Amino acid sequence: MKARVLAWALACAAFAALPAQAQPASEADALHVLNRLGYGPAPGDLARVRQVGIDRYIDEQLHPERLPLPADLAQRLAALPTAAASQRELITQYREAAQAVKDGGDEARAARREALRQLDIESGQARLWRAARSPRQLEERMVDFWFNHFNVFVGKGLDRVLVGNYEREAIRPYAMGRFRDLLGATAHHPAMLFYLDNWQSVAAGSQPSPGAGPAARASGLNENYARELMELHTLGVAGGYSQQDVTELARVLTGWTFAPRLTTGASVFVFDARRHDRGDKFWLGQRIGDQGQAEGERALDLLALHPATARHLSFQLAQYFVADQPPAALVDRLAQRYLASGGDIRALLQTLFASPEFRSPKVHGQKFKTPYDYVVSSVRATDWPTTDVRPLLGTLRQLGMPLYGCQTPDGYKNTQDAWLNPDAITRRIAFATALASGRLPAAPTPPVDAHVLLATLGGGISPKTRAALAEATPELQAPLALGSPDFMHR
Amino acid sequence: MLRRDLLQLAVQGGAVLLPFGPSAWAAVGESRAAAPPRLVVIFLRGAVDGLSVVVPHADSAYHAARPSIALARPGDDGGVLDLDGRFGLHPALAPLMPLWQAGQLGFVQACGSPDATRSHFDAQDYMESGTPGRKSTADGWLNRLLGVLPPDQAGPAPATRAVSMGPVLPRIYAGRHSVANVPLGAAAGKPTLLDRPQVAEAFGRLYGGDDALSRAFRASRQSHQEVMRSMNGDGLEREMQAASNGAPLPNGFPDNAARLATLMRSDAGVQLAFMDLGGWDTHANQGAASGQLANRLGPLGQGLSAFATRLGPVWEETVVVVMSEFGRTVRQNGNGGTDHGHGNVMWLLGGRVAGGRVHGRWPGLDDAALHEGRDLAVTTDFRQVLVEIGERHLRLQDARMAELFPGFAFRAPGAAQRLMRA
Repeated sequence: MKARVLAWALACAAFAALPAQAQPASEADALHVLNRLGYGPAPGDLARVRQVGIDRYIDEQLHPERLPLPADLAQRLAALPTAAASQRELITQYREAAQAVKDGGDEARAARREALRQLDIESGQARLWRAARSPRQLEERMVDFWFNHFNVFVGKGLDRVLVGNYEREAIRPYAMGRFRDLLGATAHHPAMLFYLDNWQSVAAGSQPSPGAGPAARASGLNENYARELMELHTLGVAGGYSQQDVTELARVLTGWTFAPRLTTGASVFVFDARRHDRGDKFWLGQRIGDQGQAEGERALDLLALHPATARHLSFQLAQYFVADQPPAALVDRLAQRYLASGGDIRALLQTLFASPEFRSPKVHGQKFKTPYDYVVSSVRATDWPTTDVRPLLGTLRQLGMPLYGCQTPDGYKNTQDAWLNPDAITRRIAFATALASGRLPAAPTPPVDAHVLLATLGGGISPKTRAALAEATPELQAPLALGSPDFMHR
Repeated sequence: MLRRDLLQLAVQGGAVLLPFGPSAWAAVGESRAAAPPRLVVIFLRGAVDGLSVVVPHADSAYHAARPSIALARPGDDGGVLDLDGRFGLHPALAPLMPLWQAGQLGFVQACGSPDATRSHFDAQDYMESGTPGRKSTADGWLNRLLGVLPPDQAGPAPATRAVSMGPVLPRIYAGRHSVANVPLGAAAGKPTLLDRPQVAEAFGRLYGGDDALSRAFRASRQSHQEVMRSMNGDGLEREMQAASNGAPLPNGFPDNAARLATLMRSDAGVQLAFMDLGGWDTHANQGAASGQLANRLGPLGQGLSAFATRLGPVWEETVVVVMSEFGRTVRQNGNGGTDHGHGNVMWLLGGRVAGGRVHGRWPGLDDAALHEGRDLAVTTDFRQVLVEIGERHLRLQDARMAELFPGFAFRAPGAAQRLMRA
C-alpha cells in the first residue's frame, strides 16, 4: 500500500514536469484510455486520469522511461534469480542439465524438471507482476503485442529457458523505439534463431566451424525463418513475395547462428562466414552480392521500411488498439506516418492515439478481451493482494492462452472471433467468482469489496449490470461485476 | 451431492434427462437404425509430412530425395508396414493396421488444396473456410454443414450436436450455428462454480439478452449439462476402460479422443466433432522410424484406435477425417527436416469408409511430376473427398453441396473410386 502511494507521488511528479495544461477528461474517455493503452483501471486510476486529462495520460504512457516503477515491484523483479541471467548462462545450463539427464538418470531428470518449472514460474512472475502493477501500462501492452508479433514458443527445446531473456533483451527495450531495432534484436536472439531453425541453416556443402556446437550437423538450407520473417514479421502474407524470394532470403541469412563458446559479450549471436552461402542472390527484384553478414542486415533494412511492412504493422496495431476490423483510412494514415518517421513505433502510436477513430465513443468498450486481458485486468481492478501467479498461469492455460505457450509463429490473436466461445464465458465467470471471493488456489485472500470494486471501475459497469447486482446477495456482487459482459470488454 | 445437484439443475433447466449407465448403451444400440451419421474432423496443424505417413516405398525417387529421413522398405529394420505393395504405413501408426485390415481405414494420396500458398495460416484458413483462395468467407464449412444436415427426427437439435474439443473455437466452426466446446482433459465432465444454483441464477439474469455473449453463455450452460450427464453416467467410464482391456490411456490425444468417444457414445445427439493437434511443422530433425515425427504419430495412431474401440456400435455410423493444410517438400532440407510443400495425404476412418485402399491418382515423385519442381502435386481437391462423405455418409442433397462449398464444381464419384461403401 505504501509503495503504491509512493508510486503515485512519483507519477505525479512526472506529470508536474510536463508543460501542457491539464485538460480534465470525462469518465468515459478516461476509462477508454485506461482500457486500451493499459490493462484497465486499478483503484484510484480513474479519478487520476480524469484529473490530468487523456492527452497528458497518453503522453506519459508514450514515455515510460519517465515513470518510475514502484519500489517494491522493482525490488521483487530484481530479486528474481534469473532476472539477469545471460543468454550464455541459460544455454549452458540447459545443455549441461540435458547431458546430466543422459548420464545420471532419474535424479538428474527430477532436478531438471524442477529447475525448468521454477523458470516457468519466474518468467510468469516477471511478466504478470509488471502487467498488473507497473504504471508503464502502455509499455506492458506493447511488450505483449510485440512478443506475439515475434512469437517464440516456450515448449520448443532450448526456448524453454530463453523466453524470459528474449522478452527482456530483444522485445522490451525496443517496444516503442524504431521497428528496425526491434526486428534486428529478434533476428539476432538465440530464441528466434532456434525457434525458426535459422541457427542451422547453412550453405550446401559448407564445412562446420570449430566450436559450432550442435549446428555442425547442418548440411544445407532451412527456409523456415526466411518465410516467417516476410510473412509474419514484416511484409505480410500478401506483401508481394514469391517462393523464390523465400529461398533467396534463406540463402542471404545462412550462417546467422549462435555459439556460446565463440562469443564473450551479452549476445551469443555469431555470423559464421564459413557456412554462409557466398553466391549471388536475387531477392525482391534486386541482386545481392557477396557481403557476408551485411547482406542480411541490408535485407532487414529493406524489409523494415518496405511499404507493405508499414501497412501490415499499421493494420495490426489498429486492430489491437481500435477495432477488430480497423478503418482503412486510419490504417493508411498510420502507414504514412510510419514511413515518414523512418519506422518509428512511438510516432505511429502518437498518431493512432490522437486519431478520431481511436477516440470515437463508438469504439468504447467494443474490444472483446483476450484471456490475458481479462486475467490481468481482473487482478488490477481488485488489486489482488498476493504475488502468487500460479493460479493466473493456470487460468490462462485453461482459457487456451498459456503465457509464452503459443506453439505457432503467428502468436495469439486479439479478436472476438478468436476468443468468444461458450466454454470461455463460463470459465471466465468461474475465475471471476473464485478471484472475487478470495478462493483462487493460492494463499487465501479477503473477499473483494463490491463497493470498492464498483468505484474503481466506474462507468465501466453499466447501469443494467448494477441493477442486476443490487438484486444479488452481497457475496455475489463482486463476482457478478467481474463476470459481467461489461468487464469482458475493454 | 454432485449427483443431486446435477439432477436439480437438469430439472430446473427444463432439460430432459437421458438414461444413465448401461441402459443408455442399450438405448443407443437399439435405435441404431435411426441413429444419425457422425463426422469427426481431426486437423493436424503445421502441415504433417504425408510422405512419411503413407510412404511411397516402391518409388525409388522417394528414397533418393530423402537420404537420411526416408522410411525403410517393408521388412527392413524400422521399415514401413506395407499397405498395397506401393505404399506403406509409418511404423508408429501400427495401432491402426487392424482397421486397415478390416477395411475401415483408407487414404487419399496427393490430396490437398488447389491454392498453392505455402503459408500455414492462409492454407489452414482456406481449408477451414472451404473456399481456397478466397479470404472474405466469414464462416467455416463445418458450421455451414450444420445448416445443411438433414434435420434429426428426434426433435430439436441438442446443444451438443456439434462439438469442438478444446478451449477455443476453430475457424472451421465459425458461423451462425451454435457449437459447443468441451474442455480437454478431465475438466470436461467436472462441475464448475456456475453449477451452484444461486450463482447460475444470478449470472443467468446478467446474460439474458440476445447479444453474442448471452447466446454463448446459454449455449455453454446447456452443453455443459449435457456433457456432464454423458461423462458421468454410472459406471460408464469403467465400462469404457474395460472395452480397451483396462489399459489407461496416456495424456494428450489418446485421452482426449477416448473422452470424445465416451461423449459420442452416450450422447446420441453429437453429430459433428472437431479436434486439432499441433506440432507437425518438422523443419529440422524430423527423424524416420523414430524421432520427432514418429513421437507425434504414435499417440495419434493410438488415440484413433482407442476412439474406434470405445465408440462401439456408433463406429459403424462414424467417419473420421484426418487432414492437414499442406504437405512438405519431397526433398529433405539441410537439417534432416522438410519445408513447406503442397500435396498431402488425407485419412479416412470409420465403419462405412471404403478402406483397405489408397485412393487418389498418384502423380509420382519424378522431377517432372513435382509441383513447382519441389512438391508432391495435388490430384484430388480436398473438397471432393468431403463432398463424397457428405453425399454418401451424411445423406446431403446435391443442391445443399453448393452451400457447403460455394464455387466448387464437384463431380459425381465413379463406382470404382468411391470412398464410401454403398
